[in-house]
Amino acid sequence: MSKTASSSLLQPVEPAAAPAEITALAREIAGLIVEALNLETAAAEIDPEAPLYGEGLGLDSIDVLEIALVVSKRYGVELRADSEDNERIFRSLRRLAEYIAAHRTK
Amino acid sequence: MLNVCADRYRFTVGLAASLLTDKVSLLPPTHTPEVIGRLAAFAPDVFCLTDQEQCDIDLPQVRYRPFGAPRAHGAPAGPGGWRVPQIDAAQIAAIVFTSGSTGAPVPHRKTWGRLARCVRDGAERLGLLDGRGHAVLATVPPQHMYGFESSVLAPLQAGNALCAEHPFYPADVSAALARLPRPRALICTPIHLRALLASQGELPAADLIVSATAPLSQELAGDAEQRFGAPLIEIYGSTESGQLATRRTARERQWRLWPGVCLTLDEGRAWARGGHLEQPTPMCDELEVIDEQHFLLHGRLADLVNIAGKRSSLAYLTHQLNAIEGVQDGAFFFPREPQTSAAGVIRVAAAAVAPGLDAARLTEALRKRIDAVFLPRPLILLERLPRNSTGKLPRESLQALAAEASAAARRIGSS
Repeated sequence: MSKTASSSLLQPVEPAAAPAEITALAREIAGLIVEALNLETAAAEIDPEAPLYGEGLGLDSIDVLEIALVVSKRYGVELRADSEDNERIFRSLRRLAEYIAAHRTK
Repeated sequence: MLNVCADRYRFTVGLAASLLTDKVSLLPPTHTPEVIGRLAAFAPDVFCLTDQEQCDIDLPQVRYRPFGAPRAHGAPAGPGGWRVPQIDAAQIAAIVFTSGSTGAPVPHRKTWGRLARCVRDGAERLGLLDGRGHAVLATVPPQHMYGFESSVLAPLQAGNALCAEHPFYPADVSAALARLPRPRALICTPIHLRALLASQGELPAADLIVSATAPLSQELAGDAEQRFGAPLIEIYGSTESGQLATRRTARERQWRLWPGVCLTLDEGRAWARGGHLEQPTPMCDELEVIDEQHFLLHGRLADLVNIAGKRSSLAYLTHQLNAIEGVQDGAFFFPREPQTSAAGVIRVAAAAVAPGLDAARLTEALRKRIDAVFLPRPLILLERLPRNSTGKLPRESLQALAAEASAAARRIGSS
């Protein structure tokens, strides 16, 4: 990973948007995830604070790859790997929404 | 030894050390507590080699010494440098496990000589043995049979450069590949290829793309060849048989066998023998033999499940579901109209009768037993399964239930 890429990943995930916008974005992302992964859970039922990976919503690494595709297409955010930051992004729907709000290009 | 090092270089060092000290590497299909327990029963002296700070595998652990740590002992290389050790071809180097159908993983013993022969034949076929010294990057873990053969053993046997990293996101794979000197090869799967091709950025030029674990479409293979500017070679093989055939998917449907390997049909089941194979080995797919060297692949046998290169069977998954306390009856099945996701993955579904459990708790219990890729979507809880008068479970009834559950979820989702 190049210096610039890793330093941008290591920035704290500062929500650039207001909490209400994050909540709306989280809702929207939940819809995208449910659609992309054919989940049985309704988007509105996903707890924004619950972990996405492993326990909680129970996503696995293939799902994470699918989400990366959707997020790249919809928001122009290319997720990059295995720093601790990445783990933090997937800790909850809200964290993911905050990260996307701060880095989206579309 | 159970070698779970995530870093491919460390994994390879662990493998080399185990070969030199006559230890056998165990490669189970997954690392769930259930399978680790079975492994400990199979080999009571097994230990786990890990390079992770936190490793929750319940076996005696040996931590890989991090780079830069003081050396306990060992002399520096003498004036003549290191001598490449000679490994006895008959030495059992690895035991690879498949999940079987009733619970106990089935062991497949691999001698060093056969493993080496298999990957040398493969490297020759892929053009990796031409002395140019490819740099080999892989998106698959070294613990999986494909990754073990193509990203660890093949570079060792063919004088290629092995890349320690294991990039995951498309952007990471691209960046890692772009950093390598040419010629460079990417060892990949259909899932990662789809993700790479779907991502927005430009893809770095490569000299060889290799795919295995599930068949690729001709279209996707053609796209990949164009975007990477490299030939894409698909490898066919199985945990039991090792790799044994390739095809240039963009141009041909037929698979060409490794030299010396032949396929025969016995009561509809294809068997491979000869070449690097230790004994005649039944294949788990529907294969049509064309001639001595070629065959067509028509799909997996009915009961088998293959998700992202992880293989299981409906019988095994059903057995694990029914072994959970509180489950009175249960079954795994394939959904009727499987919805393919963006990365091209199809999941399995399950239905269960478990009055005291909800879906979340049942999923947690399953997670301890089966690999996460097989967790059912959907998991339907019922008062009883739609068994017919003979006690059989017609697949159509289960599929109808699954379709109903999906429709209901979509109604809730859109309301």
